[in-house]
Amino acid sequence: MFEKHGVPVLAGATATTPAQAREAAEAIGPKSGGVTVVKAQVKTGGRGKAGGVKVAKSADEAEEFAEAILGMDIKGHTVGTVMIAQGARIAEEYYFSVLLDRANRTYLAMCSKEGGMEIEQLAVERPEALARIAVDPNTGIDAAKAAEIVEAAGFDAETGAKIAPVLEKLWAVYRDEDATLVEVNPLVKTEDGDIVALDGKVTLDANADFRHPDHEALEDKDAADPLEAAAKEKGLNYVKLDGSVGIIGNGAGLVMSTLDVVAYAGEEFAGSPKPANFLDIGGGASAEVMANGLHIILGDEQVKSVFVNVFGGITSCDAVANGIVGALNALGDEATKPLVVRLDGNNVEEGRRILAEANHPLVSIEETMDGAARKAAELASAATN
Amino acid sequence: MAIFLDENSKVIVQGMTGSEGMKHTQRMLASGTSIVGGVNPRKAGTTVEFDGGVSVPVYGTVAEAIEATGANVSVIFVPPAFAKSAVVEAIDAAIPLAVVITEGIAVKDSAEFYAYSKDKGTTRIVGPNCPGLISPGKSNAGIIPANIAGPGRIGLVSKSGTLTYQMMYELREFGFSSAVGIGGDPIIGTTHIDCLEAFENDPDTDAIVMIGEIGGDAEERAAAYIKEHVTKPVVGYVAGFTAPEGKTMGHAGAIVSGSAGTAAAKQEALEAAGVKVGKTPSATADLMREIMRGLGA
Repeated sequence: MFEKHGVPVLAGATATTPAQAREAAEAIGPKSGGVTVVKAQVKTGGRGKAGGVKVAKSADEAEEFAEAILGMDIKGHTVGTVMIAQGARIAEEYYFSVLLDRANRTYLAMCSKEGGMEIEQLAVERPEALARIAVDPNTGIDAAKAAEIVEAAGFDAETGAKIAPVLEKLWAVYRDEDATLVEVNPLVKTEDGDIVALDGKVTLDANADFRHPDHEALEDKDAADPLEAAAKEKGLNYVKLDGSVGIIGNGAGLVMSTLDVVAYAGEEFAGSPKPANFLDIGGGASAEVMANGLHIILGDEQVKSVFVNVFGGITSCDAVANGIVGALNALGDEATKPLVVRLDGNNVEEGRRILAEANHPLVSIEETMDGAARKAAELASAATN
Repeated sequence: MAIFLDENSKVIVQGMTGSEGMKHTQRMLASGTSIVGGVNPRKAGTTVEFDGGVSVPVYGTVAEAIEATGANVSVIFVPPAFAKSAVVEAIDAAIPLAVVITEGIAVKDSAEFYAYSKDKGTTRIVGPNCPGLISPGKSNAGIIPANIAGPGRIGLVSKSGTLTYQMMYELREFGFSSAVGIGGDPIIGTTHIDCLEAFENDPDTDAIVMIGEIGGDAEERAAAYIKEHVTKPVVGYVAGFTAPEGKTMGHAGAIVSGSAGTAAAKQEALEAAGVKVGKTPSATADLMREIMRGLGA
């Protein structure tokens, strides 16, 4: 992605086996006196500290390090790929990032002459060493803004003049790829005086995927939880947690609140049952969406009870009730766990009447969110203890 | 009085002729909102008939709609890929209030149209990814159901749509001056602080409910603002105490990174500013009930 926008990077190739790593080192090594760097490719920070980055002086060593790094666990991510990069004689290490500044509703560039270390640490310990410059979303980092950034970071004129054009190119990555973070750490000056982005991190905005069909290929599908992957396929907004009370609700805020209420209620019962997931079925809450949601939640072996919490705002409660009944019918024998339902809002009497009339053995109706949370926690506790 | 929206609001709808736009325009009309036009360049010059014998003219641009009707509010239902140009058009026409309902707008687009509105200085944006706002009995700009609660003297500001509905329902015995859903995206046009300031200055608001959720530091900054500037009683609620770190919980902005953005930090900041914070929505409503009874409501 950096190369595409003209950001200077070192030559590199990825490898998934030690043999491939050797091959890559044989091809790339001669550009830098036989020296290559073997780096774990994982979507998390701190891999250097974890032993996921090694300097290899020969193709033999590159193979050996690749063998050690492949399969390594770094902060819960298993390393499946390593990058074999051209070695560089580093004279100095710097830091640069551009990111979303939520507080000021704009973008922020951060730059420091002290790169290489964890930037959070630098920001706390020596905040004066980290320049922070606001970037207007509509004008971005042009030549003048780049000059302002390097000056604020305290670079001398000569080094600053070399870095500034690289910052403009990194801004192009941020803007053209719809990123919410572009971070280079370290940005290095080699002994030959060249500026190179040695290592970087880019966070992309999923809402902008429609403009970037190529971004889909970057998604690491293997790393996702299987239930989360299944939910995503159905277009459901689901996050797997590790409790025993399955949660379905409408609206992100209400579902988040439901998780909290269930966790508090759970404290009263043996084993302190907790929420098993976040699942927002959105405004519609049709029978089909409800069935898909229940299917995912009942597929989670940890789930012992399910709490359906819906406030009928735009949707009316009778449609939601019909959705629940329809979903249970569609699921048949697959539905084996007790469901506690709380409905309020638009047409609630009719909704509760439909559920009462269906009289499904697994379903109980509660009038309040707090009461329903208690009931669901109690059922989960009873099923476990 | 109310905030941002009242009986004098003349509302146009950008994206009125789409299915969401049609459905919610009908609902806004049914709750007494003065809808004076729709905007769609391909259907300019036509009219759309709604239940109750109301026909609403369609204009080619926001500027034409304003010129013909004196509209001062636009509600935007345009799909995400086209939302930015719709908002920019509203800003160019200098409409005082643009309410962006659309969910799923790219952050870059929101950042760009917000920066543009700030430069122009003539348009307040509410949203995106929000339910809009309602001043019950006066006007309704967005998708908040008008039948949950009637007019009253509580002001409400919330990041979340369904929690707005839940809280209005819990406190329906008192009613609301205005309820504003500001949206859960990382970049939004109107913040908790903007609403707190407006409610503080609104003679028809006696007390304020503020609903927040994990992510960012908007609640912390609101707490600092309350301490300095707000004399009316404020009750708070924060969703997401049990949210795990690093996961986005539905709203694009609802993510806890490290220790920043946690619900506990937000609660602590609010309580330090003298705001009573409820543990659950119903406990929060109880706190407000006590305050309203104390005020003689």
